[in-house]
Amino acid sequence: MAEIAIRNVTKTYGKTTIMEGVNLDIHDGEFVVILGPSGCGKSTLLRLIAGLEEITAGEIAIGGEIVNKLEPRERGCAMVFQNYALYPHMTVAENIGYALKVAGVPKAERLARVAETAKSVGLGDFLDRKPGQLSGGQRQRVAMARAIIRSPKVFLFDEPLSNLDAKLRVQMRHEIRRIHNQIKATSVFVTHDQHEGMTLADRLVVMNKGTIEQVGTPAEIYDRPASLYVAGFIGSPAMNFLPGQYDAARRAVVLEGGAVIGMPADHQAVDGQLVQLGIRPEHVSLRAPGQGMIDARLEIVEDLGAARLWNLKIEDIPFSLITEARPHIDTGTMTGIALDLRQAHLFDGVSGKRIDARTATVAARAVPAE
Amino acid sequence: MRRAYFKFSWIAAALLAPQLLIIFVFFYWPSAQALYWAFTLEQPWGGGNTWVGLDNFRKVLSDPYYWGSVRVSVIYALATTVLAMSMALTLAIFVDRQLAGYKAYRVAIIWPYAVAAPAVGLAFQFVFNPGAGIFSYINTISPGWWDLSKYPWQAVTAIVIAGAWKQVAYSFVFFLAALQSIPRSLTEAAAMDGARPLRRMIDLQLPLLTPTFFFLLVINITDSFTDSFGIVDTLTGGGPFRATDLMVYKIYADGFRGFDYSGAAAQSIILMLLVMALTFVQFRYVEKRVHYT
Repeated sequence: MAEIAIRNVTKTYGKTTIMEGVNLDIHDGEFVVILGPSGCGKSTLLRLIAGLEEITAGEIAIGGEIVNKLEPRERGCAMVFQNYALYPHMTVAENIGYALKVAGVPKAERLARVAETAKSVGLGDFLDRKPGQLSGGQRQRVAMARAIIRSPKVFLFDEPLSNLDAKLRVQMRHEIRRIHNQIKATSVFVTHDQHEGMTLADRLVVMNKGTIEQVGTPAEIYDRPASLYVAGFIGSPAMNFLPGQYDAARRAVVLEGGAVIGMPADHQAVDGQLVQLGIRPEHVSLRAPGQGMIDARLEIVEDLGAARLWNLKIEDIPFSLITEARPHIDTGTMTGIALDLRQAHLFDGVSGKRIDARTATVAARAVPAE
Repeated sequence: MRRAYFKFSWIAAALLAPQLLIIFVFFYWPSAQALYWAFTLEQPWGGGNTWVGLDNFRKVLSDPYYWGSVRVSVIYALATTVLAMSMALTLAIFVDRQLAGYKAYRVAIIWPYAVAAPAVGLAFQFVFNPGAGIFSYINTISPGWWDLSKYPWQAVTAIVIAGAWKQVAYSFVFFLAALQSIPRSLTEAAAMDGARPLRRMIDLQLPLLTPTFFFLLVINITDSFTDSFGIVDTLTGGGPFRATDLMVYKIYADGFRGFDYSGAAAQSIILMLLVMALTFVQFRYVEKRVHYT
């Protein structure tokens, strides 16, 4: 069993705090993706698990054993590095087999396992090459094989796909997921790419400024973002936010421009509370001017092929929506828009925390714009 | 690559002149003079030089003292190089591991390179002097045991230590730079693969240092052939019994003490050819580099 328990972990360098009071439970055999912008502490968290950095406070346990004081080699983790970190003077076979050599595995067995592992990642024909003679994708595979061959309890991936081109990235993403489904080792994957996160993860961990914003399945995080930050970070194109005040009597959000958006359910907000109304571009539709809930000015239209991305402005707030239909509207003119309010999110205007509806059942209720 | 063409201009010539003048006065002119002397013999009471062809070289190469000098020069070069490089590597590895106080060590270790060779020799006089140096304490225990003006092996040991002490700094700088240019993730990957620090050093750091190692080997050997004069002159004066009569010192002694300009010039030419050959080897190795990515 190799569940990972991270308890109140803090990491500081001198006076700079990288990470504060992080708690996270990763189940045995789970594929967890840690997602966040650069500098949010996600790589540091991975390196703390690996033992490449020392924990300032708190504790990390792997398989029930506290590993704070253990050397990397004693933790049973294998890691795939962003730049692959292949040994340049060793052949592919020597790279893959190095861990076994260090562990003192007899040569015959070592060679057999190297050959088998190399074959499983499609490197069978490249065993005698040096890393310098391989393409980016092949190097990536060597790095993978080097991790797999140790049959580790835990796999750690530090942005392993960011040096690959877009097509290869998708291919390697599938490969990584396939290997995980096969060997079922607990995996922690760090990335700043939300597509990688959404597609690979059993559970996603969204980090921001050294703290965890939300933990959940990709669907949970997409459907019920816990904060303004998560809502804006996950989803492409990003969620729209409209600032306003909550009107408890009317169960509505009064936008800064004066428009009143009636909510389908009563929310846990007090009268007059500053809020942000969040709505994803795919949950908004176009109407004739004056016929929607709000009017907006069309700035730029982008054709994405399967859909069309409309970039609008409501007063000075940028707002985007996606439609499958391709009506013609002149840029610079006004158009009406209608929000699918069952899909809307409400966030506190100050703290950015999610505001939930009071009732569990959310009834669709058409409230005409006043 | 496109070539840039410049029109000849007097300003360019004037800017180049000081450098060219220095090279001419201190390198080409003496070299030409040495060549001239090496193939001629000055008449006993003046009156110009006579052309003697390869006679000077024949004489030098058939002189057993000269071969003795070559022998001790080679011993000195190899011993100094091995001692200096192994010390430098050890120190560089410790500094690279960033043990406590490594910043202070780094500066302290680089300093000796800034000390002139005669000053090094003089400083080691205070260490090795049998009457007043640090080593004189040995003589209080066993009177007369340590005397580098009496025992050839002690004299050779003394100049080797002094020479190595001076050369450690240079090798250290290069070893440290090479160690620090090894990506950290490589060391980390090896740590994840289960290798302890010593194992990582043997399997990873040392192989990746190979180009630096060859480069320093040649530089150190070349240096110990040419840059040892000051140490020998202040520490042993070439003695006892010519035991520390290194090639470069013998050139000086024969030429300026023995007034055998022609013999000394022939020796200079031989030494110059030797250094050129080493430099050639060095360029061959510097071209070969390990790529990390």
